[in-house]
Amino acid sequence: MNDLHYFDHNATTPVDPRVRDAMLPWLSELHGNAASAHRAGQAAREAVEAARDQVAAAIGAHADDVVFTASGSEANNAVVFEAGRAARWRGEIVVASCEHPSIRRAAERCAELGMGVRVVPPGRDGVVAAEALLEGVGPETRLVCLMLANNELGTLQPVAEVAAACRERGVPVLCDAVQAVGKVEVDVEVLGVDYLTLGAHKFHGPLGAAALWVRPASAGAPAPPFESHLVGGTQERRRRASTVNVPAVVGLGLACELAACELPARRAHLLALRERLEAALPAMDAVVHGASAPRLPHTSNVAFPGLVNQDLAIRLDLAGYAVSTGAACHSGVVEPSETLLAMGIPRAEALASLRISFGMTNTLAEVDGFLPVLAHEVAALRALAAPREPRAAVVVVA
Amino acid sequence: MSGLTAVAMSGGLDSSVAAWLLSRAEPVVGLSMLLWDESQRAGGPRRQAQSHGGSGRCCGALDLGDARRVAQQAGIPHYTLRMDDDFRRDVVDPFVDDYLAGKTPSPCVRCNTFIKFDALLARARAIGAETVATGHYARIVEGPDGPELHRGIDEAKDQSYFLFELSREQLSRSRFPLGERTKGEVRQIAREAGLVVAEKGESMEICFVDSEVEDFVAAQAAARPERFAAAAVGPAAIVAEDGTRLGQSSNHLSSPYYRYTVGQRRGLGVAAGHRLYVLRVLPEENTVVVGDEEALAARGLVGERLHWIGEPPAGEVEATVRIRSRHPGVTARIRPRSGGASREVEVEFASPQRGIAPGQAAVFYDGNRVLGGCWITTALR
Repeated sequence: MNDLHYFDHNATTPVDPRVRDAMLPWLSELHGNAASAHRAGQAAREAVEAARDQVAAAIGAHADDVVFTASGSEANNAVVFEAGRAARWRGEIVVASCEHPSIRRAAERCAELGMGVRVVPPGRDGVVAAEALLEGVGPETRLVCLMLANNELGTLQPVAEVAAACRERGVPVLCDAVQAVGKVEVDVEVLGVDYLTLGAHKFHGPLGAAALWVRPASAGAPAPPFESHLVGGTQERRRRASTVNVPAVVGLGLACELAACELPARRAHLLALRERLEAALPAMDAVVHGASAPRLPHTSNVAFPGLVNQDLAIRLDLAGYAVSTGAACHSGVVEPSETLLAMGIPRAEALASLRISFGMTNTLAEVDGFLPVLAHEVAALRALAAPREPRAAVVVVA
Repeated sequence: MSGLTAVAMSGGLDSSVAAWLLSRAEPVVGLSMLLWDESQRAGGPRRQAQSHGGSGRCCGALDLGDARRVAQQAGIPHYTLRMDDDFRRDVVDPFVDDYLAGKTPSPCVRCNTFIKFDALLARARAIGAETVATGHYARIVEGPDGPELHRGIDEAKDQSYFLFELSREQLSRSRFPLGERTKGEVRQIAREAGLVVAEKGESMEICFVDSEVEDFVAAQAAARPERFAAAAVGPAAIVAEDGTRLGQSSNHLSSPYYRYTVGQRRGLGVAAGHRLYVLRVLPEENTVVVGDEEALAARGLVGERLHWIGEPPAGEVEATVRIRSRHPGVTARIRPRSGGASREVEVEFASPQRGIAPGQAAVFYDGNRVLGGCWITTALR
């Protein structure tokens, strides 16, 4: 097989070599348990706390409020379940329908335990209207969940507006910033949310390292509910039992620092790649979803009417280009995107949609090489899509 | 992308070795079909899906995890295609229809005709492949008039019966890399290659039925009354050929007529001085007619949906006919009936045959070559 050009960075990204180099000592000569009292433990502890400082700095937070987790899904699950448990599974959770499944499915489980769950779809532009989300949010609402950027479309959501209104009503807000960190500025105070989650592998950090930020108590307000969802240890200030994954956390810390420092350059690079791609799409009769809304700089959700996205994705894969038919979390089997359907996009168009997401290792030359291949495969598939001959009628005997 | 072959991979031993063998020599892509969603499963308790021994079936249920692992071992890309709508329409629903009509269906044939070598072939072409390869024990031989379908060289494993409805056009885009090999050789290849499926057993069951068949049929019919006629739920009446009522099936909680297959001997639940066999199944009366072994004997059969792989013969032909997948075959005269949309055919055996079950395929052979076949409607006594 030929080399693979990777255009699926919303699924995961390659580790930045600088991040890898920072992790390597913790996979070789260094090996302490950060909870141990001896010097090996002390060194590990220091590495973890330095990483915590780096993460906090990248999101405008204080390090004490950052909890390391193994994944964004874990962090999202933990917040939803802890909010529900603190409310004794009473009251209501509000989620956008385009939230990541780690939030939607967790909310569904809360519903099984007795809570009310209100699901709010995005508009045709791929953005959830703040008014729609806020409608009915009041004393019975235990949690409002709104992601900063959608993983399928890259559309930015009105998180600050929603959080400000929720704060007035005393309702905590969870912001899943997993796709946003490293591509747009993320600041917990600017956003005004109560929980924020991020994951290293979406911005050239390692797999298995993520973070949850929980707003601390302040003079005017108590901290939002959060107790350890994992028990059996006192790590992470008793907020997550588990031996800390030191190499992964070290990688997460540096990935955060690099992303924050290099944000303007990264943004410019990713935007240039996407603009090169999207400029060529009209000639292929393709439609970019969510293009009218503010978006992450690197994500393009494109419908190629008249074909099936999986066929195109397979052809591109075989031709050396990795793209996605949607979110990566669904076992390789293609369903029409729930998010696109919720936006009111017809099923056939949803099934004709690809997600192309660039990363820092991509180059304009790669995109230039991709465009004629894309045009060729799209044309080939449309030519094949001519209706097939009708088959012999099924004989119904019953 | 010229010359790309798509291998249908179920995760079983045979399709895995087919993929492995082709991948040694040419560009190959693995495709697995999601045919039957677990969430759609309905019926009784799950029963043992795998057993060792001879094979009466075409392939097993999908083991996606093993298919992926073998593809990685072979160094080929692998994709999963969701084809459950096609499968339900073209295989599962007609299977239920047949049982409700008192027939004994052969879903593996329809799966080959409509799914693997039609719907999957179309998807394979959509992704840029030209041919579909499977792990069937059968051969495609280039004849003077185009591709011919022949029996696999492993007599015990031959699966050509299940492929009789393919056309020359379909055969020209199909490959059976195991047709020249024995099952033993195939397992040896898997062992030598270290494939993770090398020690896997044979699947003996219908891949989409994980309960007793009658429970599956009843559950499907009940779940979709708009698609299926109301099925009898009470135990079938067991009657002799002269109409004498011998009893009511009661050895099973629900034993309606569609639990019975022509030729069946066990599980009739009636006592008689001699062995009794199912002769006919009468859906309208929820009745099963039983009788002596001799009464099963038929001098021929009438079939419908006659199919010839090549050009149809001008008139009557003599061929070896197999009336079920493990049948050794019998010499017979084949007389197509002229006219009629149902393409009827009369088959007259050189010697009487037992257990002619409506709904099964009768497949015509000239030596090792499959000429075509038909679907049995009635036995000629």
